[in-house]
Amino acid sequence: MRTTQQIKPMAPKPTSIWQHHHILDVDDFTREEIELVFQTTQAMKEVLSRPIKRVPALRGKTLITLFYEPSTRTRLSFELAAKNLGADAASLSAPASSVAKGESLIDTLSTLQALGADIVVMRHPQSGAPYIAAKYVEASIVNAGDGWHAHPTQALLDLYTIHEHKGNFKGLKAVLIGDITHSRVARSNIWGLTTMGAEVTLCCPPTLLPAGLGEQHHHFPLVSIEHDIELALDGADVVMALRLQLERQQSGLLPSIREYIQLYQLTEARLARAKPDALVLHPGPVNEGIEIASAVAHGPQSVINEQVTNGVAVRMALLYILAGSQKQ
Amino acid sequence: MSRKVIMTQDDIRRTLARIAHEIIERNKVIEHLLLVGMHTRGVPLAKRLATDIEDFAKLKIPVGALDISLYRDDLSSLELQPTVKSTDIPVSVDGKSIVLVDDVLYTGRSIRAAMDALIDLGRPRSIQLAVLIDRGHRELPIRADYVGKNMPSSRHEEIQVKLQESDGVDEVAIISTPEVKEGQ
Repeated sequence: MRTTQQIKPMAPKPTSIWQHHHILDVDDFTREEIELVFQTTQAMKEVLSRPIKRVPALRGKTLITLFYEPSTRTRLSFELAAKNLGADAASLSAPASSVAKGESLIDTLSTLQALGADIVVMRHPQSGAPYIAAKYVEASIVNAGDGWHAHPTQALLDLYTIHEHKGNFKGLKAVLIGDITHSRVARSNIWGLTTMGAEVTLCCPPTLLPAGLGEQHHHFPLVSIEHDIELALDGADVVMALRLQLERQQSGLLPSIREYIQLYQLTEARLARAKPDALVLHPGPVNEGIEIASAVAHGPQSVINEQVTNGVAVRMALLYILAGSQKQ
Repeated sequence: MSRKVIMTQDDIRRTLARIAHEIIERNKVIEHLLLVGMHTRGVPLAKRLATDIEDFAKLKIPVGALDISLYRDDLSSLELQPTVKSTDIPVSVDGKSIVLVDDVLYTGRSIRAAMDALIDLGRPRSIQLAVLIDRGHRELPIRADYVGKNMPSSRHEEIQVKLQESDGVDEVAIISTPEVKEGQ
């Protein structure tokens, strides 16, 4: 029998490489922590290759997914990851719950806490919402996307996919193309890629470049801006196309989708400027024919499906590491 | 704190050779054998046993490595964040006579976890256990089929196994510390 009293606020173990009770963003991850995630993911891939993809590592733990925004792969891969590790997984969709009756985020979270959640995976349209959640619950909060701010588990699975193909990050040239402003995936990837030592080039229309990352920024010495897609792609090792968030384009940031396609679509001809073994990533869902040509999305350099597969293994690794850092 | 060497390099070599002979004697059909070393130090021990068996029986035996982190019953009470190493078994375990290899047999909990892990991979014909040191203090009904050395010990003592492959030297020592330490 579990009682909530038994779950104490847990300090990370001082001797560990891992220092997080929550996963809110990768901005405070060290290279060693990211490497621990890689190593653990490798072991989880072995589990996924078995006929029975299930180990009892998290038996007795409860994971609840709390999504205030739609999602296909993130939510599903967290639930599969939890089940593969023997944990119990339950989910709550905001529109179908008391949230629709006006329950506040904090009240919803205390309900989840009272129901015995050890890990809450949360997606919210407001940037920073998981940080507030982390202050109010003892369970570990995993940010599955908050507003435009961060999507740490997506960045970690992107990093793992790149690591599998390229090994070392030092000196790699990664190009992120598209709607950077509205992309939490881009923000988390900028932190992760630069922590690992890769050089990052952002390529987007000036209206879709976040404030603070203009030409004079000095927070990220490894990040540069190039508005011309062909110059940006020159000699790239990794090309990440970002979804053009059509639902957020009402505000006149782009003259037209057609112009965007002409100037910024990742086409086969443009990709030819990158290195011949360059990887093409996309966090999904893909708007084929808008930010990326179908031939590229399904081409030989695309690792978009590998990203989805690795997503389960990376999330298994993160859940396992988080549970290991929770003291009973 | 006192440290006493209980096995030298020669002792370890002779002991492994003797265990290799015992394994051959006990397993009439050595084609079915599969040696599985438990991370960390069981892995080089399993490889050495396989080399000895190959020398004596003129047959190459497959060797695998097993990580039991995902099957442990003490994830939340471990002091250090466990690093999961990869399990790598080169052949199917179905129908195999598996010899599980570890350095020290103590509470038996690791062996319980290892058996669960192996059975998740398929249906072996049998599972046997070979250990370099049996130090007693079992908490589960588990015993070894092949024992290098029985070393009755107190829970206050630590058995330290060093191997060339991981530590640069072959040696087993017993360390006595005054304070009580929990677990292994």
